[in-house]
Amino acid sequence: MAEKVLMKGNEAIAEAAIMAGCRHYFGYPITPQTEVAAYMAKRMPKIEGGVFLQAESEIAAINMVYGVAATGKRVMTSSSSPGISLKSEGISYIAGCDLPALIVNVQRGGPGLGGIQPSQSDYFQATRGSGHGDYHLIVLAPASVQEMASLTFKAFNLADKYRMPTMILADGTMGQMMEPVSLDMGEVETYEKPWALTGTNMEREHNIVNSLSLVPEELEKFNFERFEKYKAIEENEALCEEFMMEDAEICIAAFGIASRVSKNAVIEARKQGIKAGLIRPITLWPFPKKAFAKAADKVKSFISVEMSMGQMIEDVKLATECKKPVTLCNRAGGMIPSPEQVLEAIIEANKGGDK
Amino acid sequence: MVVFDKPHALTDAPLHYCPGCTHGIIHRLVAEVMDELGIEGKSIGVAPVGCSVMAYNYFGCDMIQAAHGRAPAVATGIKRADPSKVVFTYQGDGDLAAIGTAETVHSAARRENITVIFVNNAIYGMTGGQMAPTTLPGQVTQTSPYGRDVSVAGYPVKVAELLSNVDGAAYIERVAVNNVKNINKAKKAIKKAFQNQIDGKGFSLVEVLSTCPTNWGVTPEKALTWLEENMMPYYPLGVYKDIYAEEETK
Amino acid sequence: MSKSCSILFAGFGGQGVLFAGKFLAYKGLDEGKQVSWLPSYGPEMRGGTANCSVIISDDPIGSPIISEPDILVAMNLPSLDKYESTVKKGGKIIIDSSLIGRKVERDDVEVFYVPATELANKNNTPKLANMIIAGKLMKECDVIAYDHMREALAHVVSARHQDMLEVNLGAIEIGYNA
Repeated sequence: MAEKVLMKGNEAIAEAAIMAGCRHYFGYPITPQTEVAAYMAKRMPKIEGGVFLQAESEIAAINMVYGVAATGKRVMTSSSSPGISLKSEGISYIAGCDLPALIVNVQRGGPGLGGIQPSQSDYFQATRGSGHGDYHLIVLAPASVQEMASLTFKAFNLADKYRMPTMILADGTMGQMMEPVSLDMGEVETYEKPWALTGTNMEREHNIVNSLSLVPEELEKFNFERFEKYKAIEENEALCEEFMMEDAEICIAAFGIASRVSKNAVIEARKQGIKAGLIRPITLWPFPKKAFAKAADKVKSFISVEMSMGQMIEDVKLATECKKPVTLCNRAGGMIPSPEQVLEAIIEANKGGDK
Repeated sequence: MVVFDKPHALTDAPLHYCPGCTHGIIHRLVAEVMDELGIEGKSIGVAPVGCSVMAYNYFGCDMIQAAHGRAPAVATGIKRADPSKVVFTYQGDGDLAAIGTAETVHSAARRENITVIFVNNAIYGMTGGQMAPTTLPGQVTQTSPYGRDVSVAGYPVKVAELLSNVDGAAYIERVAVNNVKNINKAKKAIKKAFQNQIDGKGFSLVEVLSTCPTNWGVTPEKALTWLEENMMPYYPLGVYKDIYAEEETK
Repeated sequence: MSKSCSILFAGFGGQGVLFAGKFLAYKGLDEGKQVSWLPSYGPEMRGGTANCSVIISDDPIGSPIISEPDILVAMNLPSLDKYESTVKKGGKIIIDSSLIGRKVERDDVEVFYVPATELANKNNTPKLANMIIAGKLMKECDVIAYDHMREALAHVVSARHQDMLEVNLGAIEIGYNA
């Protein structure tokens, strides 16, 4: 195993992307993700074929990503919440043209300009497709600096495998904190890309990368086909971590940094004799529905712990078909719930009995 | 014997443009240049949003369609990914000079080694004739029904003049396709804009004054006269910037 | 028995609290411990208050956010005012007494007054009060050992400034023996 090094989450994303073969990065400064750009600015010029470009806007950056993605090369951009809103049109185009690319969102509090402290309030934006039209991104939610690296690496493979944009949904804490990381990333998967714009070389028909389709019957067909692909992804790629769920009566749902806080609370609850457990979605889309459906038959109730006004809670309710009560334990606007707050919610839920 | 033939770099797809619209002529010029320079096989074109959105069907090289105004950013990505390709955008005035102003100015400022074909017909064509950033003062459109009132709607953007002040721009020329002489000049300019890229000379833009008889509400023939009498005085033809020519004369 | 220590290192931006915290995290990593380092970020880094949370533990670390630190390092008065009450009962507070005039009000914590800035000036390393405090902290924190300091420092002192290694080592030693 490779030696562990201390890295900031944002830097781990950048290094893992380079290891995944990404040689093209386009970005625009915004707190709290700027270290990704800074790291790329330092590294890319030293790597053969490496391109770092600070664009004039998030809009330009995502469209540069769109251009590179169309040539079949691995490419990424990163930003934070307001910047992702600006990129959303471009993300819709990338999805509509079935192109692989990675978008990183190191979330901060909103709406509007909001703040710069960590948040998870872009959950809907990420899992429902932030731009216009019917589409999804594969959304990965790291909960450690190690996962900032490993899920970034995985995101590139998934993007190529399914020909679609993927997203790392992190937050300011994950981006700024340092933890030991092993940069043992595994295999870069390679896929044939006959659709890529590489020049016809006068040997083939021209390739066209395009999302315009003025005949509704055709556009409908494309959408149906794309959703067939999404179905396969929902079947095969949903990931979660289950913590102390074997005999759990109270199940917490939390991702990212909120899951770390929740873990502490679960351990504390166990010390007090309450059978608490945690399901941590690693993929937010596809949502790990099966794990929650299974838990719904066993636990007394669910608590969705979120750094938002309650967004993932809707997916928890859908996945459990509302068989058991689901309550919200949250902070918003850049605040992080404390283990004590989560513990209180667990104690409260445990009093609820078998309603 | 000279046979008037279709350039190889144009596909067989029938053009969808209105009668009298000069997009067809400009497409042909770009395709002829690709043929003459032998670059079709290594060219990648970026189509805009606007009347020429379906340019991806007409050019025989690899093509991509960009979001409204973003063509220069998309072209930047493609060119940076593979500098050996010849990358061009084909954009209208709404696309390039309104919603895409930032991308235009900044790709020029970065001296992106790309070629931009900018078609200025002083109106939004595809959406049915609204005021464009290049609509002339007093010009009647659907959204300036009493004529463009500059005290309300501001002044037209003169793209060639504007970009000639951007340090990174290498070559900026304004041409027109209103008669044979000017069409020949336009072709020369377009060829130079592509040759510049092949030679690694940087950002080259050719602004082509074009017609829109349908939305101007005139016959194709009258449209040419309208262009000559109204657009050409406001948008004078000529080379606005050519850093290499300047160097040569020094 | 497995051990864990949570440290909140707080002061003005520019005092090097993030650097000192990074050093401690690397020291823990070198010893095969689990570690996390979480900085405050944003405009307050430029001259306002800055802090970082460091956890060093034998077991996997849950939340990297520290609500009740085992040890608080306060390098300025606002930090002491803000965090004094958060320290765990029976925990420790280390204070740069050159810069903080008042005493700690609590009587359920152990307090160490170190005139770090004064000691740093005397040592002709006025910018290394942070490492003097770090030295004191190493003495009072039983999760990490006072050895192989050079190796741990080498992680955080940039390659361009390897000459700073010796002076940092010296500052740590002053703090350890203070």
